[in-house]
Amino acid sequence: MRRRSTSLKVLALTGFAFLYLPILTMVVLSFNESRLVTVWSGFSPKWYGELLHDDQILGAAMISLKIAFISASLAVVLGTLAGFALSRFPKFRGKVALTGMVSAPLVMPEVITGLALLLLFVAMESLLGWPKGRGVVTLIISHVTFCMAYVAVVVQSRLADMDGVIEEAALDLGARPWRVFVDITLPMIAPALVSGWLLSFTVSFDDLVISAFVSGPGYSTLPMVIFSKVRLGVSPEVNALATMMIVVVGIGVVLFTWNAARLHRMRQREERAAAAGL
Amino acid sequence: MTQASLAQAADPRKPWTDPVAEPFVRIEAVTKRFLDFTAVDAVSLDIYRSELFCLLGGSGSGKSTLLRMLAGFESPTSGRIIIDGQDMTDVPPYERPINMMFQSYALFPHMSVEQNVAYGLKQDGVPKAEIARRVAEMLDLVKMGQFVRRKPHQLSGGQRQRVALARSLVKRPKLLLLDEPLGALDKKLREETQFELMKIQQALGITFIVVTHDQEEAMTLSSRMGVMNHGRIVQVGEPHDLYEFPGNRFVAEFIGSVNLFEGTLVEDEPDHVRIDSPDAGCTLFVNHGISSAPAQMVEVAIRPEKIRLSRQHPDQTDNVASGVIDEIAYMGNLSVFQIRLKTGKMIRVTRPNLDRYDEMPLQPKEPVFCSWGSASGVVLSA
Repeated sequence: MRRRSTSLKVLALTGFAFLYLPILTMVVLSFNESRLVTVWSGFSPKWYGELLHDDQILGAAMISLKIAFISASLAVVLGTLAGFALSRFPKFRGKVALTGMVSAPLVMPEVITGLALLLLFVAMESLLGWPKGRGVVTLIISHVTFCMAYVAVVVQSRLADMDGVIEEAALDLGARPWRVFVDITLPMIAPALVSGWLLSFTVSFDDLVISAFVSGPGYSTLPMVIFSKVRLGVSPEVNALATMMIVVVGIGVVLFTWNAARLHRMRQREERAAAAGL
Repeated sequence: MTQASLAQAADPRKPWTDPVAEPFVRIEAVTKRFLDFTAVDAVSLDIYRSELFCLLGGSGSGKSTLLRMLAGFESPTSGRIIIDGQDMTDVPPYERPINMMFQSYALFPHMSVEQNVAYGLKQDGVPKAEIARRVAEMLDLVKMGQFVRRKPHQLSGGQRQRVALARSLVKRPKLLLLDEPLGALDKKLREETQFELMKIQQALGITFIVVTHDQEEAMTLSSRMGVMNHGRIVQVGEPHDLYEFPGNRFVAEFIGSVNLFEGTLVEDEPDHVRIDSPDAGCTLFVNHGISSAPAQMVEVAIRPEKIRLSRQHPDQTDNVASGVIDEIAYMGNLSVFQIRLKTGKMIRVTRPNLDRYDEMPLQPKEPVFCSWGSASGVVLSA
């Protein structure tokens, strides 16, 4: 028994180390005084100071945040419609094709998606004159394309779990299908919309390959800037930036988890009280 | 079956006995096929205003599909559904003057009790003040007036059931469909709620169609009931008729329990039949005629409570079978006897426990005579 618990501990520690050691290394090195990333020469927060004056990185971060925000929001709208159509509409022409197309970006190698989008944009520009050049618009269109797939999958699985009878009840009470969607379906799949949005935001913020294909000069996203900097040797500024992002995300995750657990406990208490006839 | 009904022809409380009465719901040869499976098979049914009609059947009998077609969630493969003189076959659910109470209640989880009940009225653009008044009225009727702000997950099963009922009644539908309305309640609550449901139905005068698999529930609630099996309506009638005059073996066995004896028809007069039954070991005498070929094999159904047990041979020659008590189950209000007849057939007899003590109680392994009157058995057609 004792031996087993020790081996479990070792396993768990290995797992944690595997997951968090790289991040920890980076956090520690962000406080390194040296310009050489891999050589420790003393503690200093100076790279945080430098970061705040690095317009290139800050500009790229702003572009990435903006694109991630807009793409995630558009992707939630389109992905929800797609997920709803796929799980609630009985049968329609092209349902199979739509199912395939919605999930294609998830399995397609990014290089191919990126190249395909680039070719499309170039062709569109020469034929229609829009989008002019490559920049924020093309980045957003491309990000929406693959983020939408994530949202559609999340929404579809949530709807599959959800009892369709509740929507039927609303229809039965005289609500037209569109009202049912707004009044009943949307509030019930709200958690899926939130997680779909967050997932899209992360995926978009993180994307490098597709962005590299479809962005133009002057519109480098943060991953593109970091990547190009790393090629010249990792700057400790990047470590500082990453650490700040980890802190922000970490606080967000903790608050979110804590709140979810609180709501869950509250709901359970209420359900027990109701069952006891209070 | 018909004697009982015809005796009270044109009783205003029984419009189905009146040949000129106009049915309120008319289901005309409705069939529903899913791929190669026929869920509902050419069902025709007339239901009258203010009836409480129960559709009774096992799972897969097609009763729920029929109900969903009435609500408009499924459309019939063929046939028509006419409600209050209007063809509703192709009308979408949100335009039908019908409401439904769902088996799972289907309350909107993100809305309070009040909002749940108000939702239907809001869709019709009823003025706010009237919505508030009607919702309060309806919640009082189902005794949920004190829980208006609660969300569904803060309610017990019985309370949810009441909210679901209030929500389906508040629009004053012409027809209310109830899918296993009491199925999720425990036994005691179910019995109380049955009577409440009947009271509400009588007070509002709305036509109810109830789907249930529980024959006791159907017997208690309904003005008339229809028994379904394999997508067809097997028999329609008042609970009393269905119990006392089952038209066939399925109905006889589905509603209550029954002893079935096989036999050959030896005498077939307009007012009686005599059947020679090697199964029972005696001649069966039934005081109603059937019209069929002589020497035909028939079945006679006798309910367990209609059989008398005695130690002495009773003063009759027909309808007497002798046997040995195999087992006795004491149920409190009655005792159930399993009796092995001389012919080897097992039958079931129930006897009310009239007194606390029986001076000479019947014991297992004791030989007994089982007898019944000529009006107790019924000859089944198939």
